[in-house]
Amino acid sequence: MAQTIGTHGEPDLRPAGLRGVAADFASDQRAFKTASWGKAMMWIFLLSDTFVFGCFLIAYMTARMSTPVAWPNPSEVFALHIGGQDVPLILIAIMTFVLISSSGTMAMAVNFGYRQERHRTAMLMLLTALLGAGFVGMQAFEWTKLITEGVRPWENPWGAAQFGSTFFMITGFHGTHVTIGVIFLLIVARKVWRGDFDQERRGFFTSRRGRYEGVEIMGLYWHFVDLVWVFIFAFFYLW
Amino acid sequence: MVEIPSGSAGAIPSAEVEDVELYHPKSWWTKYVFSQDAKIIAVQYSLTAIAIGLVALVLSWLMRLQLAFPGYFAFIDADHYYQFITMHGMIMVIYLLTALFLGGFGNYLIPLMVGARDMVFPYANMLSYWIYLLAVLILAAGFFAPGGPTGAGWTLYPPQAVLSGTPGGKDWGILLMLSSLIVFIIGFTMGGLNYVVTVLQGRARGMTLMRMPLTVWGIFTATVMALLAFPALFVACVMMLFDRLLGTSFFMPAIVEMGEQLQHGGGSPILFQHLFWFFGHPEVYIVALPAFGIVSDLISTHARKNIFGYRMMVWAIVVIGALSFIVWAHHMYVSGMNPAFGFFFATTTLIIAVPTAIKVYNWVLTLWRGDIHLTLPMLFALAFIVTFVNGGLTGLFLGNVVVDVPLSDTMFVVAHFHMVMGVAPILVIFGAICHWYPKVTGRMLNETLGQIHFWTTFLGTYAIFFPMHYLGLLGVPRRYFEMGETAFVPPSAHTLNIFITVMALIVGAAQMVFLFNLVWSLFRGREAGGNPWRATTLEWQTPQTPPAHGNWGKELPVVYRWAYDYSVPGAAEDFIPQTAPADGGITREVPA
Ligand code: HEM
Ligand SMILES: [Cu+2]
Repeated sequence: MAQTIGTHGEPDLRPAGLRGVAADFASDQRAFKTASWGKAMMWIFLLSDTFVFGCFLIAYMTARMSTPVAWPNPSEVFALHIGGQDVPLILIAIMTFVLISSSGTMAMAVNFGYRQERHRTAMLMLLTALLGAGFVGMQAFEWTKLITEGVRPWENPWGAAQFGSTFFMITGFHGTHVTIGVIFLLIVARKVWRGDFDQERRGFFTSRRGRYEGVEIMGLYWHFVDLVWVFIFAFFYLW
Repeated sequence: MVEIPSGSAGAIPSAEVEDVELYHPKSWWTKYVFSQDAKIIAVQYSLTAIAIGLVALVLSWLMRLQLAFPGYFAFIDADHYYQFITMHGMIMVIYLLTALFLGGFGNYLIPLMVGARDMVFPYANMLSYWIYLLAVLILAAGFFAPGGPTGAGWTLYPPQAVLSGTPGGKDWGILLMLSSLIVFIIGFTMGGLNYVVTVLQGRARGMTLMRMPLTVWGIFTATVMALLAFPALFVACVMMLFDRLLGTSFFMPAIVEMGEQLQHGGGSPILFQHLFWFFGHPEVYIVALPAFGIVSDLISTHARKNIFGYRMMVWAIVVIGALSFIVWAHHMYVSGMNPAFGFFFATTTLIIAVPTAIKVYNWVLTLWRGDIHLTLPMLFALAFIVTFVNGGLTGLFLGNVVVDVPLSDTMFVVAHFHMVMGVAPILVIFGAICHWYPKVTGRMLNETLGQIHFWTTFLGTYAIFFPMHYLGLLGVPRRYFEMGETAFVPPSAHTLNIFITVMALIVGAAQMVFLFNLVWSLFRGREAGGNPWRATTLEWQTPQTPPAHGNWGKELPVVYRWAYDYSVPGAAEDFIPQTAPADGGITREVPA
C-alpha cells in the first residue's frame, strides 16, 4: 500500500469545510488527501457492498410485504427455552452484544497499531477474531435450532415460506462476511505479531511494503460488517 | 463559459505519494501470462472479449438465417433460436462490451492517461482478469452442457427462466448462466475498484480531475456506476439460483407447469424485473459513457481542435451517470405498475436526453471548422455520431408510455437498442482500436483494409437495423422464431428480412477483414513511432512505444495543461502535449 509521505513541504493552505473538499477535488494527484490507496479502495468496496446488502434487504422487505401468507412472529420464532420459560430474542441479544464488542476491540487494535505496539495489537486482533468466531458459532447454533424445528429455505411450520428463504440467505451472506473477516484478521494478526509491519516486509504476491495501516483497513471492513448486522437485526428480529 | 486551458497557475505541487515499487516479473509466465502489468491485462481482457464476441456474432448469423429462411435449417428449431438469442444478447452486452471497455480500454488507458505507473493494486487487477476468464468459460460451458445453454432471453425473466418449457430451465443452462454472471461480477469488482482508485488517488503531479481526457472521465464514471449497479444483478442471480436449486420462492408465484402444480408460491416475478433493470439500465450507460469519452478524444485529436465545452462534457457524463439510476422502470411499462410510476419514469427518461443532446451538440461543434483528418478513427467517430443520434431519437419514442406500449416487444425495440447500445459502441471500439493500436503494438493498421472494413460495417449495420424499425411498426414481434401465417405482416416484410440477413452476413464477413488486419499489421504494418497522431495526451508521450513496464522510465510525467491544446494560435506545432511546461512554445498571450 502506497503511503503518504506527510503533506508536502509548502504550508498547508487548504481551506476548511466544503471549500476544502472542493479544493481537494480540484487539486492534482489525489482527491482524498489523507486516504492512502488501500483505504480509498476499501471505502469504495464497502460502498459497493452496501448496495449488495441493500438489495438483499429490499428484496426481503418486498417479499415480506407482498406475500399472501402470514409472516411468522419473530419474538416467538427466535425465543430460547431457558429455565422453563421462553425468553424472546435472548440469543440474538447476546450475538449482537458480542459483535458490537468486537468492534470495540478492533478499534483498540487499530489504536495500538499506530503506536507500533505489535504484541498488543496482535492480541486485540486475535480477541476480535475470537469474538467474531463466537458470533458465527452462535449463528450456527441458531440455524441448527431453526432447522430442527422444521424451518427450510422452501417451507416452515409457521407461515410464509419466504421467511426461511430470506433468513438463511441474508444471515448466511452476512455470516460469510464475518467468516472472511475472521480469516483476514488472523492473517493480519500474524503479520503484526511477526513484526512484518515494523520491518515493512514486502508482500509475497504484491511486493508492496506492509504497514500498520493494514490494521486500520481491516478495521474498516470489520466495522462495516457490524453496521450491516445492526440493520439485519432490526429488520429481521424487531420488525 | 471560459476554458482555462493551461497551467499558467504557477508551480506544480510536489509529489504527495512516493513512487511505487512494482512487482517485477521473474519469468516468462509472470511476464506474459500471470502478468500484473495493466497493459498486458488489458490485452488479455480484449482478446478474450473479442473471442467470445465472435461466438455472439456467429449466433447472430444463425438467428438471421432462421428469420430469413424459416424451415431451411433443420438444426435451428425454436429451442435453439431462444438459446442463440439469449447467449448472443448476454455475451454482447456483458462479456464483450463491458469487459472490453472497462477491462480492456480501462486497463490500458487509465494508468497511461493519468500518468501512473500502473493500476494501484496490480495483483487484484490480475485476479480480475483470471476471474473474468473463468466466467467466460462457465458461460461457454453452457453450449456443451446437457440441455444446452439457457434460452430465457438475456433478461432472464422468471418464472419462465427456471421452468421446463424454457431450454436449459430445468437443465444446466440457467445454472451456468447465473453462476457465470456471479463470477463475472466478483471479478469485475476487483478490477473496477482499481480503476476508480487509480483515477481518484493515483494521478500524476499537475493532473487535476479537470485536466483528464474525457476518455478517462467516461471510463471512470462508468466504473463507478458498474460498482453500484452490478450488486442488483448479483443479488438477483443469487436469489434465482436459490429458486432453482433449493426450491425457494423469491420470484416464483404459485404456478402450474405442464399441468402440474409446483411447490412454489408467494414470490414476486416483478421483484426480479426491478432488480434486473436497476442493473440493466445503468448497464446501457456503462457501455455508452466510455464510448462517449473515447469518441470525444478521437474527434478532438483528428479534427485538430480542442473539444467544445470540456466542462460541460464532464458534467454531462456525471449527470447522465447519476440520472441513469432513476429511470430503470421504463423497461417495465408493460409489466404492470402504478400509472404514477409510469409518469415518473417517463419524465426522468426524457430528462436524460438533455445532457445527452448537449454531448452530441458539442461533438458537432468540435468538428465545426476543424481541420478534419478522415483517418480511420475519425471515420468511426463520425459514424458513431450518426448511429447514436438515430438510436437516441427512437429512444425518445420508446420512453413515452403511450408510444412504448404498442411498440414494446416488436422489432422496433430491437432496432432501437442495436443502434444505440449495439452498433454505436462497437463503432467506437473499432475507432479506438485503430487509434491506439499504434501505441499498443508500435505499428499502424493497414489503411486500405481498414477502409474496406469501415465502409462495409457502417453502411452494412445501417442496412441491417434501419429497416427493422419499419418491421417493428408493422407489428413484427421480437423474439419470434418464425412468423408463420400472419395477416398483418405483408409479404414484402419477408423480402426485407432476406435483405437484412444478407447484409448481416456481409457485415460479419467484414469483421474477418478487421481481424486479419489486426494480425497482418502486427508484422507488416508501418512503424508508427511514439506519437503518430500528434496527440496531446500522456499515453503518447511515453519514452518507449509500446510503453515498458512501469510506463514512464525513471521520472513520472508532470502535467501542465489540459488534454486539448490543439491548434493553439501562435504555438509552434498544432498540438501541445500535456507535459509541455507552461508556455509550451506559445509566443502569444493566452487569454486566461
Ligand atoms: C451485426 C451485428 C448484429 C446482428 C446481425 C444482430 C442480430 C440480432 C438478432 C437477429 C437478434 C434477435 C432479435 C429477435 O428475434 O428478437 C438480436 C438480439 C439481441 N442483440 Fe443483436 N445483433 C448484432 C449485434 C449486437 C450487438 C453489438 C449487441 C450489443 C449490445 C447486441 C445485443 C443484442 C441483445 C441485447 C439482443 C436481445 C436478446 C434478447 O432478446 O434476449 N447485438 N440481435
Ligand atoms: Cu433503460
